[in-house]
Amino acid sequence: MSGFFDIPSDLQHSWLGLVGLHLREALLPVLAGLVVSLPLAQLCVRLRWLYPPVLWVTTVLYAIPSLAFFVLLIDYTGQTELTVMIPLTVYSLVVLVPAIVDGVRSVPQETLAAATAMGFGPVRRYFQVQLPIAVPAVIAGLRVATVSSISLVSVGALIGNQGALGNLINDANIYNRPELAVNAVLSMAALAILADVLLVAVRLLLTPWMPRAGRRKQPADVPDPATAALEDAVR
Amino acid sequence: MFGVLIRIDSVTKRYPDGTVAVDRLSLDIPDRSITVLVGPSGCGKTTTLRMINRMVEPTEGTILLDGKDVTQQPVNTLRRSMGYVIQNAGLFQHRTILDNIATVPRLLGWGKDRARGRARELMERVGLDAALAKRYPYQLSGGQQQRVGVARALAADPPVLLMDEPFSAVDPVVRKGLQDELLRIQAELGKTIVFVTHDIDEAVKLGTMVAVLRTGGRLAQYAPPAELLSAPADAFVEDFLGADRGIRRLSFFPATDLALLTTPIVAVDATAEQIAARATGETPYLLVTGLDGRPLGWSAPHELTAGSIDPGRLLSHGRPFVPGTDSLRAALDCAVLSPTGWAVAVGADGRVTGVVSQQTIAEAIRGAHAAVPADAPAAAPPSLSKGGPSDAKVAG
Ligand SMILES: Nc1ncnc2c1ncn2[C@@H]1O[C@H](COP(=O)(O)OP(=O)(O)O)[C@@H](O)[C@H]1O
Ligand SMILES: [Mg+2]
Repeated sequence: MSGFFDIPSDLQHSWLGLVGLHLREALLPVLAGLVVSLPLAQLCVRLRWLYPPVLWVTTVLYAIPSLAFFVLLIDYTGQTELTVMIPLTVYSLVVLVPAIVDGVRSVPQETLAAATAMGFGPVRRYFQVQLPIAVPAVIAGLRVATVSSISLVSVGALIGNQGALGNLINDANIYNRPELAVNAVLSMAALAILADVLLVAVRLLLTPWMPRAGRRKQPADVPDPATAALEDAVR
Repeated sequence: MFGVLIRIDSVTKRYPDGTVAVDRLSLDIPDRSITVLVGPSGCGKTTTLRMINRMVEPTEGTILLDGKDVTQQPVNTLRRSMGYVIQNAGLFQHRTILDNIATVPRLLGWGKDRARGRARELMERVGLDAALAKRYPYQLSGGQQQRVGVARALAADPPVLLMDEPFSAVDPVVRKGLQDELLRIQAELGKTIVFVTHDIDEAVKLGTMVAVLRTGGRLAQYAPPAELLSAPADAFVEDFLGADRGIRRLSFFPATDLALLTTPIVAVDATAEQIAARATGETPYLLVTGLDGRPLGWSAPHELTAGSIDPGRLLSHGRPFVPGTDSLRAALDCAVLSPTGWAVAVGADGRVTGVVSQQTIAEAIRGAHAAVPADAPAAAPPSLSKGGPSDAKVAG
């Protein structure tokens, strides 16, 4: 009888190794998504007509099953992590682009007018005024994107051992060890909660200027018990 | 006034949708004074102000700053040389009060410490407690935020200040404080201020010159406030000034020359002989003062008991006026509010200098109007209603 954390050797990783792999495959796409979304969202803010089509495209891309992406990509990138991370990056856009656009648009008109009147050029104004004020909305988007990315990594199991913790579910079937499936689910849930709590902490650090009672200003940012507890601790 | 600093030369602004916001406006804005643009909502005040710092580009016409076309210098250099204050302050919610104020110096390349040092100076200048420096805008009241807005605009010591309805969103008491503060700051720093408001009282109180705009962005009248009140150019301006412009105009006549009576005044420890000597019949009442010379209240002579006057039984003397600094409007107001119909005049130290009746004030008003025909502009009006600091302004 093998233990809860004894990982079958075909996965070539310890449990911790799988956790690390899982985090890498889940978080790098969110980071890449953020890097793509920032300029894309800014373009959508400046050119209003561009926003609806961009939103439409990200939604359609999100609707494409990951298997279809894998079939398409496998000729170029093979059975690698990259093949898993590219669709995850694409999926994150559907959350991140609107979050950033809404955040940047939520900057009050008079704040923008004041910045312009004081002699901020458009670039400086974006980085020193609009983006910092959009931080709460951006992080709210990152929280959703991160949690969903952590659960989506499992589909990598479809192209061989690229699903990190998700592969354990496969192995649970092969070796008839249901505890491996339980392990996979619990581990992923723990990672998701941990990542979420960390993001909330980052937001609290970056936004000392926010009224603490004013979280309702960020509708996407639904407080959960963990974040409430953390906020209390920080306060 | 020293000369023309900003010349708006037949400027028209037509927005892309066809709205003509400003129509062939010409205005010479004098140096080191407050020029107010006033008019109903939508008459093009904001557009005019924003054409000065090029947040809006004119469709036709030119704007000269110190003789040079504003389009001649880089737009951000121009804007950093003009402070800008707006309604609701428009503070950067993500920066501390200190860093908000230090914004323009930082843009101009000052070091962080120097900019913050300057910001601290300005907090004091606009009457903000230094303890607020590290707070964020959401932790301040509307009035405090507006002070931060003014400090931020002054931070780089720009010669020009553009203010767009800066005090409209605060309550009347706070607004009055901010207005007085602005007059004081202007007197101290000698800025050229272009001030936009829809409130004619604010315009009359603050303006050295007042430009009344009518809907469609056309200039209805451009004059000092006293002239506006005495000789409105047309029915529109007259209507805009409101029903009590005659009373408000009294603000521009000094109360210096009022003939004060000094007889009907007794001290609180007066003897029977003193009371009898003072009760000459000129007034039905005697004013009782404390031993320090300050007014205590009115009383009929026969109700005064020599040696032991009870201040609690006197009629209120109302608010006294100061002939040297107050206007005829203030004097009239004191007389109207006084239960006896007599106004009490005091010196700057609060000691009674005399009393004056409504009749005497009415005669003085007739005299003042005779000296300045109602239809002709009052020459160099004293801006008495504006309180102490404005004296410096008139002198400047
Ligand atoms: N960006 C714009 N596009 C079109 N019309 C505008 C714009 N800004 C202002 N207007 C119009 O120009 C007129 C003057 O506006 P504004 O200068 O803001 O007036 P005020 O400040 O006196 O209330 C109004 O009719 C307003 O609707
Ligand atoms: Mg306006």
